Amino acid sequence: MLTTNPFAALAVVIPPAFLQAYVALMIALVVAGTLFDIVHKGNAEYFFNDWRKGKTKGTRKIGGGKIASLVLKSAVVDVLMSGEFCNSRRRIAHLLTMYGFAMYLIATVIMVFWYASPAAPTPRFLPMLWTVGALMACVGGYWFWFFIRVDVAAEGTSRFRVVRADLFVLSLLANATTALIWAYAQFAGYRVLANIFLGIYVTATTVLFGSIPWSKFAHMFFKPAAALQKRLEQASGQWRNLPAAADKPATFGRDRAQPRHY
Amino acid sequence: MPTFVYMTSCDGCGHCVDICPSDIMHIDTTYRRAYNMEPNMCWECYACVKACPQQAIDCRGYADFAPLGHSVRVLREAEKGTVSWKVKFRDGREKNFVSPIRTTPWGSIKSPSDYEEPRQEALQNQELAHEPEALKVETLPELKRARVKQAPV
Repeated sequence: MLTTNPFAALAVVIPPAFLQAYVALMIALVVAGTLFDIVHKGNAEYFFNDWRKGKTKGTRKIGGGKIASLVLKSAVVDVLMSGEFCNSRRRIAHLLTMYGFAMYLIATVIMVFWYASPAAPTPRFLPMLWTVGALMACVGGYWFWFFIRVDVAAEGTSRFRVVRADLFVLSLLANATTALIWAYAQFAGYRVLANIFLGIYVTATTVLFGSIPWSKFAHMFFKPAAALQKRLEQASGQWRNLPAAADKPATFGRDRAQPRHY
Repeated sequence: MPTFVYMTSCDGCGHCVDICPSDIMHIDTTYRRAYNMEPNMCWECYACVKACPQQAIDCRGYADFAPLGHSVRVLREAEKGTVSWKVKFRDGREKNFVSPIRTTPWGSIKSPSDYEEPRQEALQNQELAHEPEALKVETLPELKRARVKQAPV
């Protein structure tokens, strides 16, 4: 199963052009959904207004070199390493889900557009990337869903309570899980099971990419911009009107003389 | 004025949910961000403001140190053990303070679960939990029943 392209076997029943049209439709839904989200919630307008206000309030001027280094730092630390998370378990779960989903998504697009035919042999690494990616997304996602969600960990609500905030993670998990089950059922020759899970897989995929205005799917586009803005604000000395960092922790902080109350 | 959350800065980590003594900081079911669900029950203890690792929670200061029209922001730096305060008054003046996060060494306060479980007989005792050792005295004066009866009504 690890080295078998599930879309090549599917292309025997469904024409590859149909599969490709479906993937293209999903990409179009992501673009349209994100643009609608930007206009409807006004977050781009808020972002640029904040940016403009910050420029006048800053106490330090930041040059082009500094901006370039902040962009690089933001890309490496905040985006590639999910550095903004303060909870290490949540950070690991996010990294697993993020990289897993990216691997799985890229492998899907390549396999559907270039290798969706039994006549075109798929390189062995692509189905492996697809399977490992989907597994990573499942591990990170289920770990988050069952154990890390604050509603469960701190508020003690049921692990199975579903609210609108769960739309993205649940549709992503349904997508990755049913994709794996469908691929296995197809590989093992369980026709009926494969068809049932193909139906659920397509439904979950459509919900995942079509529900952007209601889910937090688009956070992958907004969050990097917000992280960069935070770094720029910190560098210009006006980070949300916060006080400057304590410069004498030896006097005021942890290293100061121990109090003697009694 | 009670606390409020800047949704764009909050990452939904739940530190404020854990620390709020009134249990009014909760996670929003639409955006998975923290919010103050019962603002009129907030006693402005600043626990969530100081606990927030993203500096995403704000609150109007107490009237005794920051009168109307001001803004107060708090920066907690756990690695330095400091809490910095910046108060901006409506006439433009600005005051900055730095204070320690706590006055006892880290890890020196025992969790309730580290203490011995109280016995049923303790209900008959006038002393509260961990008294008298927590008060650093050997014994506390005890009010005798006979003296209670003598007291003027």
